[in-house]
Parts: sequence; structure tokens; C-alpha cells
Amino acid sequence: MTRQQLLDLYFMDARSKLIDIAAFLDRVDRGEGEPDFRLAAFRKALEELQRGEPVRAKSVLMSLSDPTTEPIAKAPGKGAVGAWPGQEAH
Amino acid sequence: MRYIEPHGHMVSRTTDDYEAMVIAGCRAVCEPAFWAGYDRSGPQGFYDYFCQLTDYEPKRAAKFGLPHFTWLCINPKESEDVQLAQEVIALIPQFLDKPNVLGIGEIGLNKNTHNELKVLEQHIDLAARHEQLILVHTPHLEDKFKGTRLILDALLADSRIKPERCIIDHVEEHTVQMVLDAGFWAGITLYPESKTTPPRAIDMFEVYGGQRVWLNSACDWGRSDPLAVPKTAIEMRRRGHSDETIDRLVFQNPIRFLSQNPRFNVR
Repeated sequence: MTRQQLLDLYFMDARSKLIDIAAFLDRVDRGEGEPDFRLAAFRKALEELQRGEPVRAKSVLMSLSDPTTEPIAKAPGKGAVGAWPGQEAH
Repeated sequence: MRYIEPHGHMVSRTTDDYEAMVIAGCRAVCEPAFWAGYDRSGPQGFYDYFCQLTDYEPKRAAKFGLPHFTWLCINPKESEDVQLAQEVIALIPQFLDKPNVLGIGEIGLNKNTHNELKVLEQHIDLAARHEQLILVHTPHLEDKFKGTRLILDALLADSRIKPERCIIDHVEEHTVQMVLDAGFWAGITLYPESKTTPPRAIDMFEVYGGQRVWLNSACDWGRSDPLAVPKTAIEMRRRGHSDETIDRLVFQNPIRFLSQNPRFNVR
């Protein structure tokens, strides 16, 4: 598809999601107390959007991923939270 | 439109969902064993669940003329208890001759622990000894990249395992390439929040090719959509893909993989 066709298909949806992200960050800023590691991870992942190559989705996912290679000793629980808390959390 | 739902947890869906899927063009549904949302209290709970998957659920689907197939295992979320896992794995062979069983799945990792890996290796051994197809669940969110690498290493370490007989499910943009490069099939799961949306799934299809890829809804008791596959087919039309291309991805591809087990006789 041409860039024009892709803009016609997806611009409004992407615009809506972009404003949702902006509003989310504003909401967190207005909140009280200290944020956990997820906010810093989110902000760092946002930097990947500035890349000039079409690998942004992969880069954002990698930015939020556990980069280690060894199995961990014990499961901290069953769920995932969406961002890697760092080596010391294990 | 016709399509296969190769991964749906129908025990947690309503009968209305079966009807809606058939109306949308679903020709067969495949149900891997999974976590019930709570830990079962012992092996007997799994025995009952395997009976449900191999006896009751096919009958419920048959009311709408929909063939129902299944995969058996203890899921990674309950694999941390190795003794329980071993007792459950010992139950599985007695079900492998049931007419709707396609293989071992969805096995894999959840939090990437030593115990989960040990149980994964035992499942791989079970599949190899009984010459079964394998369906793999890759971990969620931040654990997916690491877990996918560990899973591929475990599968490739067993010389009895043929990658073309394994599907690695829930791939995303950061894992799809390594799965396909290693010769495995890749499953793309369509979820409203996590995993992938229809536009992202189509992006991956366009970038990495659709030779060894299927789409699934993995619909379960969480936020999920049993019609996610046909909705993605509609999105593919909006993106200019031909009916033949769509049919190959949502119907012919799952048949090509699943037909490696002769029990899967949908054409």
C-alpha cells in the first residue's frame, strides 16, 4: 500500500492512541507518591519511537523485555507486568 | 470466508460463541490444554479436564457441525510444582489415542524458571516418544523474548524433534524472526490488549512472509475475542490482500500444519 493509503487507513486510530499515551503520562504526573520501575521503562521505550527505521515495534518490545539468558531460581508469581524490573528484583 | 481456529480455549466460552464462529466461517477449532485461572488441587483435576477436552467439548462443538480437536499437557503456569507436573504427564499417554487429540500442548514457559524448563523438557520427551506434534506457549510480556530463546534451545537440543512439527505460539515482532529462522511454525495471537492486534499481525505477515504462520484468537476466560481471526481477515481485505492470500493464511496454513497428524481430516 502507498503511504497515503496507510495514512487514510490508520492515522485516526494512531492519533487516538497517541493522545491516550499523552493523557496517561499527564495523569501519572498529576498523581501522588513515587512511581515504580514501570514508568521509567515506559519513558525509555518511548525513545524508541524516534528511530528512523521501520523496526520501532520490535525495539519497543525489546526495551520492555528481560534481556538475561539464564532461567531464574523461582517464579515470583504467575503474572507479568509488562516491563522488566531489573536483575535485582530476582 | 472459511477459516480454522487453531487455538481456542472453548471450555471457557459460551455455546453462543460456537454458533457465532460457525456463522463466521469456522471449519474446525483446536483447543490446547491451559491454566484454569486457578491452580488445580491435584492430578485428578487434570484427569477430569482431559476427559472434558476429549469427550464433552467435542460433543458441544458437534451440535453446530464444528469439528473439535485438542492438545494435552500441564500448562507452564502450573509447572513450578515439578512433582505435580510429573504426575499429570504420566496421565497423558492414556488419552493420546482419543480421536480428537492432535499432540502435546500448549507447553512452554511462564516465568522462565528452572522448574518450568525441567517440565518443558519432560513434555518434549513425551512428545518425542509418542511421535506427537507440539504446540508451544511463549511467555507473556517482559518474559517473552527470554522465554522464547530458552524454548527454542530446549527443542533444538532434542535431536528427535523436527521443527516443522512444532508451532511456537504468541510470537510478536521481537520473536517471530528467531522462530521462523530456526525452522519452526509461528502462531500469531490476536488479543485486544496484550500479544498482537490485527494490524500488527498483518504487518508481521507482510514483513516476514506467511509460509509457516497461522493466526489464532486464543480466546479464553480473559479479555479475548473468539472472532478475532475472521475480523483480521476483514482487515487484510482493507489492506488490499486477495481472497486467495487470506484463505491461505487463515485456512490452508493451519491445515498444512495440523494435517501432519492424520486425525486432522478437515479439508
